[in-house]
Amino acid sequence: MSGMRILIIEDDQEAANYLTKAFREAGHLAEWVSDGLEGYAGASDGGYDVLVVDRMLPKMDGLSLIGGLRQQNIETPALIVSALGQVDDRVKGLRAGGDDYLAKPYAFSELLARVEVLARRKGGGTAPPTTLRVGDLELDRLSHKLTRNGKEITLQPREYRLLEYLMQNAGKVVTRTMLLENVWDYHFDPQTNVIDVHVSRLRSKIDKGFDAPVLHTVRGTGYMIRDSAR
Amino acid sequence: MTVLGKLFRTTAFKLSLGYLVAFAIGASVVMTWVSWNVGRLIDEQIGATIEAEINGLSEQYAQGGIRRLVDVVERRVCQPGASLYLVMNFQGQAITGNIKGLPPEVLLLPGMRETTYERVGEAEIDRRALARIFLLPGGFRLLVGRDLEDRESLRNVMGGALLTSLFWLVVIGALGGLFVARRVLRRVEAISDSARTIMQGDLAQRLPLAGANDELDRLAGNLNEMLERIQELMAGVREVSDNIAHDLKTPLTRLRNRAEEALRSASDPKDYRIALEKMLEESEQLILIFNALLTIARLEAGGERGEHVAFDLATCVRDVAELYEPVADEAGIDLVVETSGESIVRGSRELVGQALANLIDNALKYAAPASGRRGAIYVHVQRVGDKVEASVADNGPGIPAADRERVLGRFVRLEGSRSRPGSGLGLSLVAAVASLHNGVVRIEDNEPGLCVVLVFPAAAGDAKSRSGDAKHDHSC
Repeated sequence: MSGMRILIIEDDQEAANYLTKAFREAGHLAEWVSDGLEGYAGASDGGYDVLVVDRMLPKMDGLSLIGGLRQQNIETPALIVSALGQVDDRVKGLRAGGDDYLAKPYAFSELLARVEVLARRKGGGTAPPTTLRVGDLELDRLSHKLTRNGKEITLQPREYRLLEYLMQNAGKVVTRTMLLENVWDYHFDPQTNVIDVHVSRLRSKIDKGFDAPVLHTVRGTGYMIRDSAR
Repeated sequence: MTVLGKLFRTTAFKLSLGYLVAFAIGASVVMTWVSWNVGRLIDEQIGATIEAEINGLSEQYAQGGIRRLVDVVERRVCQPGASLYLVMNFQGQAITGNIKGLPPEVLLLPGMRETTYERVGEAEIDRRALARIFLLPGGFRLLVGRDLEDRESLRNVMGGALLTSLFWLVVIGALGGLFVARRVLRRVEAISDSARTIMQGDLAQRLPLAGANDELDRLAGNLNEMLERIQELMAGVREVSDNIAHDLKTPLTRLRNRAEEALRSASDPKDYRIALEKMLEESEQLILIFNALLTIARLEAGGERGEHVAFDLATCVRDVAELYEPVADEAGIDLVVETSGESIVRGSRELVGQALANLIDNALKYAAPASGRRGAIYVHVQRVGDKVEASVADNGPGIPAADRERVLGRFVRLEGSRSRPGSGLGLSLVAAVASLHNGVVRIEDNEPGLCVVLVFPAAAGDAKSRSGDAKHDHSC
């Protein structure tokens, strides 16, 4: 995943500089504007793959900005970044048209993972594939049947959802909180390494006894499903 | 002047002034009415006297002619306190009598009237009288009258009394008003002074009570109770902020120490890397504490409500338990979930889920008992009357009875648990979530171990069909 154009709408210059630099290091092109109106104008022109929008901005707040864009049918995926990180704030942000919500302070790796996952959604008008494939791993989304190298593997319902999410985002880093949000639909921090244990159970099912692992741990960030044979 | 000015502006003074004016007007009306009536009564009595005399005199005239009449009149004139008499011939000339100087028109017309007159043998002093002219057969006229001096002097006395009493009324009323106003003013001033002292920060101060149990005392009493409540809240806030300061400063200090340590003694990039990673961990911990604090604060302020929907508590509990099940398994702890009965509640699935997660997380930390038994956590959902109870019990060391209430408070970490990870906010978040849902938290003894019971009011209505659906929906 590289070469994304990202628009950062953030009034804190230091934070913006850091983000721009970090996105560049990750192989993306990030541009920065410092207030809501400029951000609105920039995003309206289009051409961006993802918007990173601070919620509290001078001249026009982040939620109005996204709401305005959506009214004009500009569907560029938007990640809202905010110091307001409680349940209600998140619900408000997503209702306003945001595609994801990240509370400050955050780890850049978390932001990057979310932005990369968001970018995929752009132009996703085509129906989702009924079969997900990563290397020799094949997940049939109609029958919920998983096979690897032709050999069938049985999954618990939650394991299925976990694997499905990972495979939908194959090749991209998926963080623990992203898994908790998307697979379990919880937005709190479980404090214990619950996700790690779930993932390691899944790993023992899909990777054990096979030469090349597909489920990788990305140190300090999360997990990634990738065909390592290629 | 300022004291007087203040006095004039007081409500008490204005009130007493108003009463004073109203009372003075009332008194004047009453006394005027009384004096007018007394005057009328006197006039009537005089009229009756005159009538009687005329009757007597005309009888004398009828019996003895003009000579007898003149005799009788002359005799009566000499008596002390005599009435006024005048006998005239048909030409209007006086034959006898004790008055003169009557206006001519009075003499011509018969009937009762008020008139001026002079007394015979007196200097020319205008006097007033009520008189009646009576035509006698034979063309003679008889005038009988009474002096009105008595009536006038009575009127004067009454007028004087009215004025004097009005004067004293005003004086006494004004003084009384002044006294009352000053008394009230002094107490209000005292209350106001105390209020100012309190505003300047001395919250321990209380408003003075006069002990009269009147409106002012009750007002001051209520304000004092309000102050008491404010002081309690302030103390609560202070305690919380002290705790926040402590629990945030401890990890902040560690963070700082690590940075200093790395700057001072790290020699190669690997050392720096390790130090930075440790610092990141510390900052993660800080963020966790901070988030928990914010959530609790917003829950308690009622600002955080989540999306309130009807959901099956049993499903929610199974979901959270499922999330933790692998962790429990790895730690060698049995996680047993039992649900029974209708368990639909209204509220935020997210917040209740978080509260349950906190409880299971806690139970996981303490379940492994010291005695070497296998750790076990029992999660139980059941319907009790119109409530739904979710309990999380472990077989760990539990909490001494004396501390059970306390652990729901913020940052309370009992002795022996300080060495374990955690913010000390878990249970107070649970308590805040429960009270947001009109529920309660009970802390019980699991013998051995701890049992935390969350009690929610059961949702009424179409709960049955929802629960049926929910049982198959593992996503909750």
